[in-house]
Order: sequence, then structure tokens, then C-alpha cells
Amino acid sequence: MINARVTVTLKNGVLDPQGKAIEGALGALGFDSIGHVRQGKVFDLQIETADKAKAEADLKAMCEKLLANTVIENYAISIA
Amino acid sequence: MKSAVVQLPGLNRDRDMIAALTKISGKAPVTIWQTETDIPDVDLIVIPGGFSYGDYLRCGAIAARMPVMQAIKAKAEAGVKVLGVCNGFQILVEAGLLPGALMRNASLKFVCKEIQLEVVNANTDFSRAYEQGQIIRCPVAHHDGNYFADAETLKTIEGNGQVVFRYAAGTNPNGSINDIAGIVNEKGNVLGMMPHPENLIEAAHGGADGRGLFASALDVIAA
Repeated sequence: MINARVTVTLKNGVLDPQGKAIEGALGALGFDSIGHVRQGKVFDLQIETADKAKAEADLKAMCEKLLANTVIENYAISIA
Repeated sequence: MKSAVVQLPGLNRDRDMIAALTKISGKAPVTIWQTETDIPDVDLIVIPGGFSYGDYLRCGAIAARMPVMQAIKAKAEAGVKVLGVCNGFQILVEAGLLPGALMRNASLKFVCKEIQLEVVNANTDFSRAYEQGQIIRCPVAHHDGNYFADAETLKTIEGNGQVVFRYAAGTNPNGSINDIAGIVNEKGNVLGMMPHPENLIEAAHGGADGRGLFASALDVIAA
């Protein structure tokens, strides 16, 4: 079995009102050093195979077809 | 004109949509359940609003990948008119039938109020009953209606006249780019919009400004 983590983030140039709100809240908590905040999503997936190359190909297809909306989001795959 | 309304778990505006279609066309629409892959012969398929699959992952993302959407895609390619309202619009963009994406409202708040729409293209199968530039009233109720498209896509849809409805000056409720409230595909037979025209079709609603959209799509414009 392969454990994988997929991280989905908004593309540059896509407005992220939730990230902005978090940025504001962190500033309000006194974290003066806070710069830009962008919110994203993390998926932990277990792939029932020993074939790393196949898992990687499957994960890429999963991201393209469902996990990310590639109109507005980028994704990154890491395999443990 | 025969119509159909799609029903999916979590959609809750289907009854309003069925009532509007029935009242305006004089015929009740057929209903299509999520598992159906064989869609009856109709002229207009409507995906109503709501919260399909609990808005999990992204609004409309799960619904867009159900078998029924493959069938609807095939119908759209064959020229059947498809209308997506609110969650229906989100499903259409997630399914790739319309360009762009719908993101969280810029205010981060759910908005439920009446806004005004400008009919910026009255030359579509969904807007012929209106005058070019006409301002109509329409209710909105959504949390994720902030339309976004990259610069290139935006240029294309604006250039092609694919923007059908814009939020009228000062009434953009969600931060949509270029005040976009409703767009059609390149062929002009698929319309997605965030506002709810089905909720303003008769005196009991306090107005009937939404009626023109259904009269256009159902081809029952009064002479």
C-alpha cells in the first residue's frame, strides 16, 4: 500500500477571500509579521498497490478529474 | 416544448423550478434522477439550485461527475437546451459545459436578497423575451457565486457575447468578475446563472421579471 498526500492550492492571481480573512484575523491576534495567507486543501490517500509509478499516474488522474478544479487550482502530489 | 428537471440528493429548488416550468409552459416537466443515464426526449433540461451532495469538495463537484451528467453533456452536444440555476450553474462549470469557476462570495457571507440584472445579450434562446439592456429584478441566494475566469477566457466569452446577464451597477452581491451573473456556452444552448428567475414569475412572488427567461427557453413568448 502506498500513502500519498495531495495538496490543492489556488492559482496565483485567483482571489482568495478566505485567505484574506484569515490574514486579517492573524493580524488582529497581534501577529504583526503576517504577510499574505492563501488557504488550500490537503487530501491523505491510501493507494492499494505496490507499484509506485502506477500510483503516481492514478493520483495525477484523480487530481485532474476530481480533487482539483484546474481552472482555479494547482495541485502537488507527494508519496511517502 | 417538453422540459425536464434534474433531481439530485441535496438539491432543494427543484419544486420551485417544476412549478415555474409547469405554470409557464402549461405542461409539467419530467424529472430525472441522479442514476439515470437515458434521458427522455425533451427540448429543455433544467438543473435547479440547492446544495447537491452537501457542497462537499467544491460546490457542484460531485454532481458534475455523476453518470446523469454524462448523459446531459451528450444531450447538450446534440443541441438540447440546458439551464443551470445557482447550484445548477456550479454543476455546469464543474462539468466543463461552461467556462470559468464559481468561488466563495467575496464577502464570505451567504447572500439572500433581491438584486438587479442587466440583460446584456437579448439575442439568446434564454433571453429573447427581454429587451437588450433591460434591467430586471431577480432574487439571489448563495454562498459561492463569485464568478471567476482567467483573462484569456474572459476575453473570449465577452467577445463572443456569451455574457447574458450582468449584475446591474451597484448590485453585484458576490464579487463576480465583470459583474457576470449568467453566461452561455459558445453554441448558445447551455445557460448558467446564479440568480433565481424561477422565484419571480407571478404576482404572488411580488413580480414576474423572471418569466421572460422561461418564456424564451420554452418558446412561449406572448406575441
